[in-house]
Amino acid sequence: MTTYIIRRVLLSLPVLFGVLFATFALGRLIPGDPCHAILGEKATKVVCDEFIKRHGLDKPIPTQFAVYVNEVVHGDFGRSFRFSKPVTDLMVERLPITIELSFAALIISIIVGIPLGVISAVRHNSWLDVFTMLWANTGISMPVFWLGLMLAYVFALALKDTPLALPPSGRLSPGLITVPFWEIWGLQLHEGGFFYGLADFIGRLNILNAILSGNWPVLGDAVKHLILPAFALSTIPMALIARMSRSAMLEVLGQDYIRTARAKGLQRFAVVMKHAFRNALLPLVTVIGLSLGGLLGGAVLTETVFNLSGVGRILYEAITARDYGIVQGFTVVIAIFFVILNLIVDISYAYLDPRIRLD
Amino acid sequence: MSTALAPTALDIEGLAPQSVSLWQVAARRLLKRKSAILGMVLLGILVFIALTAQWVAPYSPTLSMLDVNPPQALGKRTPPCIHALGCPADQPEHILGTDGNIRDEFSRVLYGARLSLLVGLSTVSFAIVIGTILGALGGYFGGWIDNVIMRVMDVLLAFPSLLLAIAIVTVLGPGLINALLAIGIVSIPAYARVMRASVLSLREMDYVSATRALGGSNLQILFKRILPNALTPLIVQGTLGIATAILDAAALSFLGLGAQPPTPEWGAMLGAERNQVFTAPHLVFFPGFMIMVTVLSFNLIGDGLRDALDPRLAHVS
Repeated sequence: MTTYIIRRVLLSLPVLFGVLFATFALGRLIPGDPCHAILGEKATKVVCDEFIKRHGLDKPIPTQFAVYVNEVVHGDFGRSFRFSKPVTDLMVERLPITIELSFAALIISIIVGIPLGVISAVRHNSWLDVFTMLWANTGISMPVFWLGLMLAYVFALALKDTPLALPPSGRLSPGLITVPFWEIWGLQLHEGGFFYGLADFIGRLNILNAILSGNWPVLGDAVKHLILPAFALSTIPMALIARMSRSAMLEVLGQDYIRTARAKGLQRFAVVMKHAFRNALLPLVTVIGLSLGGLLGGAVLTETVFNLSGVGRILYEAITARDYGIVQGFTVVIAIFFVILNLIVDISYAYLDPRIRLD
Repeated sequence: MSTALAPTALDIEGLAPQSVSLWQVAARRLLKRKSAILGMVLLGILVFIALTAQWVAPYSPTLSMLDVNPPQALGKRTPPCIHALGCPADQPEHILGTDGNIRDEFSRVLYGARLSLLVGLSTVSFAIVIGTILGALGGYFGGWIDNVIMRVMDVLLAFPSLLLAIAIVTVLGPGLINALLAIGIVSIPAYARVMRASVLSLREMDYVSATRALGGSNLQILFKRILPNALTPLIVQGTLGIATAILDAAALSFLGLGAQPPTPEWGAMLGAERNQVFTAPHLVFFPGFMIMVTVLSFNLIGDGLRDALDPRLAHVS
């Protein structure tokens, strides 16, 4: 297993390098000179000269690339001219919103998608199966932004003043404030330090922060605000997971050892869960891993619809405002995150299936 | 003599198994799947709408109702008005209402079909051509060519596809053509991988070695011997790819990075009116519903094709 992990990590290094090169190229391919592209149209000659010197833009391209890689490795993702702060600070502010949303969507899609798929497979060709698959096909065909707007219409307007009403935008109701858990715990943290950044980051995950600080009204309100966007975002992965778990289960359930298990008198439920499901998990890991990329893309759209100022929103606004520092910084972080994620998927795949790591 | 021979010839003809091509088998199996038929019917309707939009649509998709002759005294975003369903006869009929620029929403939705189908077909054709060439070269020649091509594909795959498309549009600038190019580029790796896998398994086949022994050139082997046999997975991937491409293009237009107003593109129409969802839900509902139906039709056909073209299921026919 260790050799397998080492091999996989080494194999993903060239991809990481390529990702860095691609984002580096992105910064250089932008129309106009990089200084005005990154610092804004109004940057003066003096500011530009300083900028060019600091980032080595007057040096040959390979040197520039080396400077860029060095900056990224040291956690310097550039600055945003619109916010006049480092992109890293913006990440600490915006990432938690997207992570919360994507994570909630992923959990919904797994806890709904897998049982639906498994039941469809066990009750193959029943009305439930037909209905689930019809729904799954519709689910993967729905534009997430359309579904989000329709959900907002139904739950915020049509069902207004009923117990089912849900807020269509934002993360918390006006008037509610969330206090970072570490302030409630009385932790003394140095502003600017690593632990401060980490605590700040966790404190911005509203739901986790509310649980950590025991603030139940805020927790309830945060969950309420998260339901609609998370549900809208979860549809496509949910449908994919349901379809995949159905076909994987169907394949496994048709095999001889399942019949043997039933023949030796095991309960149907035990056979489905212990013998079949474990083996059907394998393709599911891939689908779930791949869904995460889609989730990040979908988050851009969901955040726009539900007025959440997460990564998607800031990226979109940065593009329209031509704030390339943000575009470059966030793109490289997301891509690196995605490469690491794929690595984790591959490793868990090997953990679940000994044939892969022993190959 | 001739009378004695004739029945024999007939007999032989009757006994010989009727030759059925792979495509005939696939077509038959495709037509047995209800979901695939539903997909084809939906697509048929959409193609019909796209082709006849200019005659069926009551107005030009970019025409404001203030500029028609005689001008219609309408406010912005009027709800649907259908005379047969009790809308007062003195109001002009707009089956799906009017939009924020007082244009006939129904006409715009009809014309949108044309654009969405073109978007799907053009991006996927682009991606298939480039992806096939890259995948075939990599799979056939192997070595460093393969390594370079596939690592570049890995890098492309390392970005979430919509985000990569957004980044590419940033460099190229917003607009429908640039958005299509971005989506095309983003979808190349899928086809390159499929093609490479097929070529890798096919190039070791005996009939390929036979062609080489007979003096066939690399190009001849690749395009005449291998490509035709690697088509089926490409067709399936392509059909499903059209669905994704339409969805992504709509998303880019929704964000304002794709089709620009006043183009009647469903995603752009939806994006322009998204803040009016509470006051004029029809302007959000209909374009999105059409996107869903279009994407659904390609998904259903793609699923059907996958099962129909799978040789492992050949006996089922």
